[in-house]
Amino acid sequence: MIEIAIKKKIKTYNGFDLLDVKSNFASRGITQVLGNSGAGKTTLLKILAGLLLPEEGYIRVDNETWLDTKANICLSPQKRQTGFVFQDYALFPNMTAEEHLRYGSVDEEYINELFRIGRLEKFKRHKPRQLSGGQQQRLAILRSVSTKPRILLMDEPFSALDNDLKGAIISDLKQLIRRLEMTCLVVTHQPFREGEFADFSFRVD
Amino acid sequence: MDWEPIWLSLRLSLITTVILLVIGLPVAYWLSRKSSIPKLILEAIITMPLVLPPSVLGFYLLITFSPQNALGRWLQETLDVQLVFSFGGLIMASVIYSLPFMINPIKSALVQLPDSMAEASYTMGKSKKQTLIHILIPNIKSSILTAAVLTFAHTLGEFGVVLMIGGNIPGVTKVASIAIYDSVERMDYASANNYSLILFALTFVIVLTVFIVNRNSVKSPLE
Repeated sequence: MIEIAIKKKIKTYNGFDLLDVKSNFASRGITQVLGNSGAGKTTLLKILAGLLLPEEGYIRVDNETWLDTKANICLSPQKRQTGFVFQDYALFPNMTAEEHLRYGSVDEEYINELFRIGRLEKFKRHKPRQLSGGQQQRLAILRSVSTKPRILLMDEPFSALDNDLKGAIISDLKQLIRRLEMTCLVVTHQPFREGEFADFSFRVD
Repeated sequence: MDWEPIWLSLRLSLITTVILLVIGLPVAYWLSRKSSIPKLILEAIITMPLVLPPSVLGFYLLITFSPQNALGRWLQETLDVQLVFSFGGLIMASVIYSLPFMINPIKSALVQLPDSMAEASYTMGKSKKQTLIHILIPNIKSSILTAAVLTFAHTLGEFGVVLMIGGNIPGVTKVASIAIYDSVERMDYASANNYSLILFALTFVIVLTVFIVNRNSVKSPLE
């Protein structure tokens, strides 16, 4: 289980808002994170990944403390090893699709499986600039699971995919998440249909 | 024509560029991270040679490293190193004088990379050093090349600083730019013209190479 209680000031165009989250997320489940624009959904994911530090609070993952501002504990992103799909994809322009996945894993069989899931087998040697927006987004998803993370954090991961492709990838990705027993938090503007991808919902206000 | 000043200039430029590449990359990386008051002060100091008259810098270096003063005397007596009127002194002065030409383009390029690129690498368990080597540096290659070439070309054309700290010792500190000045002083315009033409051609080829290599990667090849 992920236990989280954090407070973080977020900059807005007219000053500051307070992101105040206190919740538990089920381990090995997929939770969709909903909320209005600017509510702090991305900030919440970044705090979980260790990329941002809240003013106060704690994060415990399966009874292991990742963050406790009172006890001065803050695990680095490297130690947390979450999988993260960034909204801007954050691909590495110098690397081919294959190199992206090899940067996270040396398991060739697993890498090939990921390419199958992402329907990107024909684009292994392509660099990000040679891929379409949708292909780039799929590569970002594949890279995020290449390290077989315990926790997968995805920020609008299917926004650039057409419905057919989205359905197919969601189905395969869900199987992979189940098989590898990952805990997944996915930020989305468009809530998933019942049973489509997420098991639980959480709203950031 | 005496080729020694040309070789000396090329050697000085090459050594300065290599030293600044080694120093410049980590310093630029450090400066590109979150800004702080000490970083701003250091950045201002690094940028000073861009706006300071070279003779001012040369004068202070001459005074600081003169054996008649404490630091210069200590260097000479303890380490047997004399920096004024020596090739070593020219290298030291060139490194200081060309610092902004190496550091500023690399720092700007690092700042322009989206934060998420390094963050993606961190979440994959890669250290800051691994991220710098495998992600950041390969994605600013064109800026590193630009910085190295600008440093080389700038060192090649140095005059004021070199004259102040190195003087005009043939085979030791008489670089091409000093040789031009020396030739004009002796009214030997033919030699001055030869040295000038060679420097002009060298600099043109260097800058043209940067434009050709970087033509697809940035808006302006010197950015």
